[in-house]
Amino acid sequence: MGFIEVKDLKVHYPIRGGVLNTIQDHVKAVDGVNLTIESGKTYGLVGESGSGKTTIGKTIIGLEKATSGQIIYEGQEVTNRARSRQKKYAAYNKDVQMIFQDATSSMNPKKRILDVVAEPMRNYFDYTPDEIKRKVVDLLEIVGMNSEAMYKYPHEFSGGQRQRIGVARAVASDPKLIIADEPTSALDLSVQAQVLNFMRRIQKEFNLSYLFISHDLGVVQHMSDDIAIMHKGRFVEQGSKSAIYTNPQHIYTKRLLSAIPDMDPTTRAAHKVERQRVEAAYDAQETNYYDPDGRVYDLQNFGENHLVALKPDEPNASLQNENVQTGGER
Amino acid sequence: MAVERSLLEVNNLETGFRFGDVYHNAVDGVSLTLKNNEILAIVGESGCGKSTLATSIMGLHDHKNTEIKGEVLYKDLNLLDLNEKLYNRIRGNDIGMIFQDPLGSLNPLMTIYNQISESLEYHSDLNENQRKERVLELLNQVGIPRPEQIMKAYPHELSGGMRQRVVIAIALANKPPIIIADEPTTALDVTIQAQILDLMIDIQNETGSGIILITHDLGVVAETADRVAVMYAGQIVEEAPVEELFANPKHPYTRSLLNSIPHELESDDDELHVIHGTVPSLSKLPRKGCRFAPRIPWIPQEAHEENPVLHEVSPNHKVRCTCWKHFHFEGEEK
Repeated sequence: MGFIEVKDLKVHYPIRGGVLNTIQDHVKAVDGVNLTIESGKTYGLVGESGSGKTTIGKTIIGLEKATSGQIIYEGQEVTNRARSRQKKYAAYNKDVQMIFQDATSSMNPKKRILDVVAEPMRNYFDYTPDEIKRKVVDLLEIVGMNSEAMYKYPHEFSGGQRQRIGVARAVASDPKLIIADEPTSALDLSVQAQVLNFMRRIQKEFNLSYLFISHDLGVVQHMSDDIAIMHKGRFVEQGSKSAIYTNPQHIYTKRLLSAIPDMDPTTRAAHKVERQRVEAAYDAQETNYYDPDGRVYDLQNFGENHLVALKPDEPNASLQNENVQTGGER
Repeated sequence: MAVERSLLEVNNLETGFRFGDVYHNAVDGVSLTLKNNEILAIVGESGCGKSTLATSIMGLHDHKNTEIKGEVLYKDLNLLDLNEKLYNRIRGNDIGMIFQDPLGSLNPLMTIYNQISESLEYHSDLNENQRKERVLELLNQVGIPRPEQIMKAYPHELSGGMRQRVVIAIALANKPPIIIADEPTTALDVTIQAQILDLMIDIQNETGSGIILITHDLGVVAETADRVAVMYAGQIVEEAPVEELFANPKHPYTRSLLNSIPHELESDDDELHVIHGTVPSLSKLPRKGCRFAPRIPWIPQEAHEENPVLHEVSPNHKVRCTCWKHFHFEGEEK
C-alpha cells in the first residue's frame, strides 16, 4: 500500500476568448491519472514536452491546483491544501519536497548556502542555530561538498554543484517523497552521473521515494523501479521497468523507445529501419490506440504490474464516462 | 593512396578571449579537415570549446575581445584573413549554419517565406518568382507539410521541430557545400530529434555537402557521424571514424565519458562512473602537459607526455598524449 495516492487527477486550464473573454474550452494538461507511491521506490514519469508530466509533479506538491481528483497522503486528503499553511497539512508539506531542473533560479541569489539548505529545517523543526549548522554540514557532506560551501552564495558554484545543493535542500526536511523534475537535464554527462549517484545513495540512506520526471529514457531506465509513459495528459502505459522496456505494448511507448539513439554505430541502418517502421505503424494505427477525439484510452491490466491503454474490446458507452474507476490502482 | 581533396581545412586554430589584458585560449591548436559528403561530429562537454570552434570558422567573433590565430582554408582562401564584407559572401552561400535554438535564430516579425528568401536575395540573382519556387522546394525538402500556408506563417505559429526545419531550410537555401550544425537537436524531443537527424542525413546524401555536427550527445554521434573528434579543454584529444571510436575508445576522457552514460543497473550498489574533479576554467588551464591529467590523478605522472600531441595509433585514429596506454579506471587493475 502506498503512502501517497493520486486518484483520477485532472488539471484543466481554461482557454478564454470571444468578446466577453468567456471560457471557450479547456486545455487538459492532466486528464485522469492514477498513481500510488510506495516508500523507497522510484517512479519514472516519461513524456515529451507538453505531455503534462511536470504538471502532475507540481499538482502533487501543491504548486498547481487540481481541477478534480484526489491526492491522499496517509489516508488524509490533501488535494489543493498543501500550500494552505494550516497545521494539519504541515506533515505533508514537510514530507514532500522538490528538486527543480534549473538549480540557479530555484535558489535565492542573496542567501548563503547555509540559509538555502537550512530553510526547510527552520520551517519544520525547532533546532538551535548550532544544530542547524551541524546538520547542514552533514547534508553537504552527503552530496560530496565540504563545509566551506556553507558561507558561499549560489553563483559561486558550478551547475552540477548547485544541483547537488538542491538535492541537499530537498533532503533537509527529512522528507518521504522527492519530486525531481528533470534534475539533470541541464547537466553534462559526467556531472549528471555524479548527481544521479548521490540521489541513489540518499535514497538508500533515508528510504526515500522519488517521482522522477524526465524526457530522457536512458536516465529514467537507470533510476526507476516503475515507469509511467505519458501522452496528451494521460498515461499510455504504466508498469515495472522491465515490462516497459522489454515488453512495450502501446504504440506510443514503442515509438518513444525506438527514437532513443542507438549507442552502437554498426547497427545504425537496422535501427533506422526499425524506427521508421514503428513511426509508420504509429501513424497507421492511431485509431487503435486513441479514441475518435484523440484521447488516450483507459488503462487496462495487461500482466503483472503492467497496465496498457488499449482500445476496449467491446465498445462500451460507460468507458467514455470519466468517473469510471479503471485499473489505475494496484 | 589517392589524396582526397578536403573541403575545409582548419590548421592550428587558436581562439582566445580577452580577460583584462590577457587572452585565454578557448580553442587551443585545433586542426581538422572536412571532406565532401561526410558528417564530422565534434563532441565534448560544456566549456570544451566546441561552439567557439564553430563560431571561429564562421567568423562570428568580435575583433576587440577575441584573438584568432591559425588558418581556416576553404577553396585556397584563408577565411580568417577576410574582411566582414567578403565573409558575408561566404556565410550563407558557402557555409550554412544551424543553431541550437530555432526560436532565437528566427526573426519573430518576419514570415517564414521572407526569412528563407532573404538569404536567396542576398546571395543569388533569382527573381521573385524563382525565389518563391525555391522556397517551396526547400520547405518540401525539409519535410514541412502544406508549404504554401506555412510560408506565410510567423515563427511563433510553428512547433519547435517545424521551426528547426525552417532553420535547416535557410541553411540549405543556397546549396552550401559546408553546413555547420551546433547542437541542432538539443532543444527537441527524442522523436523529433530522430526526424531531424534523418533529415540531415538525407540532405547530406542528396547534396553531398560536408557537415560539421557539434553536439554533447554521444547517442546523436553514434546515429549520424562518419568521423568523430572528441574535444576537451580546447583541444582535440581523440579523432577516429565513428565505428572505431565506439568500439575502441582510447583516450581516458573518451573512455570516461562513454562510461558515465546512464545504463540499467546490474546490482543495487552499481554506480555510474564519475570523472574526478571538474573542468578547469579558461584562466587556469595549464599551458603545458596533459590537460586531462588532473582528472585521473591515480595515473602516474610519467605516463603523460610533456607536450602531448596527437599520435596516429591506427589508420585514421588519433589520440593525444601517451597516457591512454597506461590508463585504467580508478580502483581497477590495468
